[in-house]
Amino acid sequence: MAYRVTINGETREIDAPGDMPLLWALRNELGMVGTKFGCGIGMCGACTVHVDGQAARSCSLPLSAVGEKQVSTVEALEQTPVGQALQEAWLEDDVMQCGYCQAGQLMNATALLTNNPNPSDGEIDAAMQGNICRCACYKRIHGAIAKVARDGETVDA
Amino acid sequence: MPDTVQLSRRTLLKASAVAGGGFALAATFPMAGRATAVSSPADLNAFITIHPDNSVTIIGKNPEIGQGIKTMLPMLIAEELDADWDSVTVEQGLTDAAKYGPQLAGGSFATPMNWIPMRQAGAAARAMLMAAAAQRWGVDAASLATDPGRVVQPGTNRSATFGELASDAAMMAVPDPASLTLKDQNDFRIIGRAIGGVDSPRIVRGEPIFGVDTQLDGMVYAAFERAPVFGATLKSADLDAAKAQPGVIDAFTIAANPQVQLVEGIAVIADNWWLANRARASLAPQWDAGEWESHSSAGYAQAAQEAWKSGSGGEVFAAQGDVDAAFADADRVLEAEYSYPFLAHVAMEPMNCTALMHEDGTMEMWAPSQTPQGGQQAVAGYLGMEPDRVKVHITRMGGGFGRRLNNDYMVQVAAIAKEMPGTPVQLIWSREDDLRSDFYRPAGWHKVRAAVDAQGTLTGWADHFVTFDLGDGAYNPAAMPAEEFPAKYVDNLKFEQTKLATAVPMGALRAPTSNALAFVMQSFLDEVAHATGKDLPQLMLELTDGVAPEPPTQGFMGSQPGFSAPRLQAVTRKVMEMARWGEPVADGHALGFGFYYSHMGYFAEVVEASLDSRNNPVVHKVWVAGDVGSQIINPFGALNQVEGSIIDGLGQAMQLAVEIEGGAAKQSNFHNYPLPRMPMTPQIDVEWVLSDNAPTGLGEPALPPVIPALTNALFALSGKRVRSLPIDRAVFA
Repeated sequence: MAYRVTINGETREIDAPGDMPLLWALRNELGMVGTKFGCGIGMCGACTVHVDGQAARSCSLPLSAVGEKQVSTVEALEQTPVGQALQEAWLEDDVMQCGYCQAGQLMNATALLTNNPNPSDGEIDAAMQGNICRCACYKRIHGAIAKVARDGETVDA
Repeated sequence: MPDTVQLSRRTLLKASAVAGGGFALAATFPMAGRATAVSSPADLNAFITIHPDNSVTIIGKNPEIGQGIKTMLPMLIAEELDADWDSVTVEQGLTDAAKYGPQLAGGSFATPMNWIPMRQAGAAARAMLMAAAAQRWGVDAASLATDPGRVVQPGTNRSATFGELASDAAMMAVPDPASLTLKDQNDFRIIGRAIGGVDSPRIVRGEPIFGVDTQLDGMVYAAFERAPVFGATLKSADLDAAKAQPGVIDAFTIAANPQVQLVEGIAVIADNWWLANRARASLAPQWDAGEWESHSSAGYAQAAQEAWKSGSGGEVFAAQGDVDAAFADADRVLEAEYSYPFLAHVAMEPMNCTALMHEDGTMEMWAPSQTPQGGQQAVAGYLGMEPDRVKVHITRMGGGFGRRLNNDYMVQVAAIAKEMPGTPVQLIWSREDDLRSDFYRPAGWHKVRAAVDAQGTLTGWADHFVTFDLGDGAYNPAAMPAEEFPAKYVDNLKFEQTKLATAVPMGALRAPTSNALAFVMQSFLDEVAHATGKDLPQLMLELTDGVAPEPPTQGFMGSQPGFSAPRLQAVTRKVMEMARWGEPVADGHALGFGFYYSHMGYFAEVVEASLDSRNNPVVHKVWVAGDVGSQIINPFGALNQVEGSIIDGLGQAMQLAVEIEGGAAKQSNFHNYPLPRMPMTPQIDVEWVLSDNAPTGLGEPALPPVIPALTNALFALSGKRVRSLPIDRAVFA
């Protein structure tokens, strides 16, 4: 059956079974391939999107469960101030190696800093531990998040 | 500028004008011994293109798996061209052995193989731009210099951008690469600068640049069902049931072809991959596992015990001195059994490939492959056509770690696409497929013995290695080198091996053989050190004291420097200084040391560790001293490789194993193959020991020593020796 889903502010019609994960609706039905497949069981975070502003694993979210909620993906990340600041920090610190997990890392980090603009080191670790980076760029991911948090604090002050 | 890696190959260069007034310099870098197979220079591809607007396009020829090569090789060209890096755009080259020479992401080979040829290509283009300026101004080219992006005549106001000179430069004679003088290290403007990855801006925006992001009109998706038991054959499957599932377009069997690593199985095709993958559940395949179902990791470990107990020994593959006499005369003999498990690669981007069999019978592929030329050959061989009828686009990869040196998934999608001419097919493996269809890091078992005389000197070393019989392939990831340290550094030595039959596929995992052998050798040397009242760095320094560098050896790349004891000594002393080795550490913490030489890199590492209340190891800090030659080309990429290698190695040491049960891999996803996550990241301090040697690769050599550095730290802490990986906390109870 057809589902109407709001993605990055745009209403899209998707004709697919309701138990299809949002990830595969995005990638194969809509051609939005920025959101990545990593494990299919919500264990790696590569597929992270925002649903009503909260980080969600799109590989484990059935299309039928999205309903009226607002979905946003990495393709729209630069439209948010926090997302854009993180993208810039990622580039300044050359965070990535292969880069495959980084869309999910950035989406998760954006949700973190949106909810908690000034996290402690422990809070960054706790919030990000669901996102695997096989290249293990963790030191830089952590550093870039901490930098954006610090800069945000300076601006606010 | 020291260039001790002698790369005996011929570089061919050719210049041409490009539309709109630009200048293109083509180059080819054939492998040693293959120069005669290179086609005429007229066929060469443009490597460097200088456009009239002063922008520069450089081809990145090698596959990018996250090692940074798509940024680093163009940096070498841009340096000698004296380009303004901000004006450089990098484009990925197609798979073409004749044009580009080897296009390989593996073995940490790219840096040593390309250090000179890439710079020569840049220097040749620069010389031609200077010749064009000299002609235009009527001056001697020797009076000219370059600033980034322009030719100038010092002391005058003559200046022209590369773009302004490009069309004239295309008419200049191409210099003989051997005649070019490369820059002095002190004059580098791009090499040595921390430069971000050329694809990074696209990555943070989520743009489609990975293999699995390939999208073609009318593309369909394939999932593949294979036997869980390695070596099993297909008896039956319900294709009709799968075809009746929603979205499914077709389902058909694929026959095995071991020569190109193609396994038997069933392809399910749908208009959405998730639907194709879900329909696999309807296939109800019946497999004939035969004898292989009885194979298990526990069984192999038992076979190792039996091989050691039999007393008949193994096949001797290294011997020196009189090892029996050394043990008979020893004051003390140490003996221990070490083992390590199978490991998987688990690149974040699961195996995938996209293929289109054109109506004219040619094949076009979009391949995330570390060896796209090998994949091209394999697919061409499988399809019975010439390699030039298989066009292979090289995509960026979400990690490789050696998994994508094998191109089984390329052949698999080619086998599917040939059944559907005109329709592009994207094959994707699930994470479960990826973990259960890998070419695993081989497990291994070592019974090691050391003889020590009354003065505490190591006089004998023996290892009975139990490994696997993987046939007579060109590359054997389950082999132990005859020169494995301390071979040559101890008077009496014997290595023998027993090979077990198996159907488990095995392959190279980042720092192959080294990632396992470093643990065994550096741990047992640590045992010897403790038994003789020394510590491991001291023992390593004593064993190599005053020994001159070994002569060059012939390897894959041609001549390469032999192992150098002075370089080992320098990194060992450096890391001891960094970690304040020998000084007190925090209560409940201890330090451990490990050294390893692999891929021409020398790494000495110290780990500071403790045990938590449940006896789980905690790594607080790692110090790394590395010698990969005279120059760190891109400090960003270099540090990232080392930091990643350290965490990768710690993950292997602490929590990773693939177990074979019932002939199949037991692990299936990240819940039972728990990769390192952010909270375990230790502090990592890295220092480079720059030496008078041409630069070598960094994708691998930092990984092996961190494993024994951790287990040696845990011994210093607890008095308990870890002899089997991954670390079992019960050891410390």
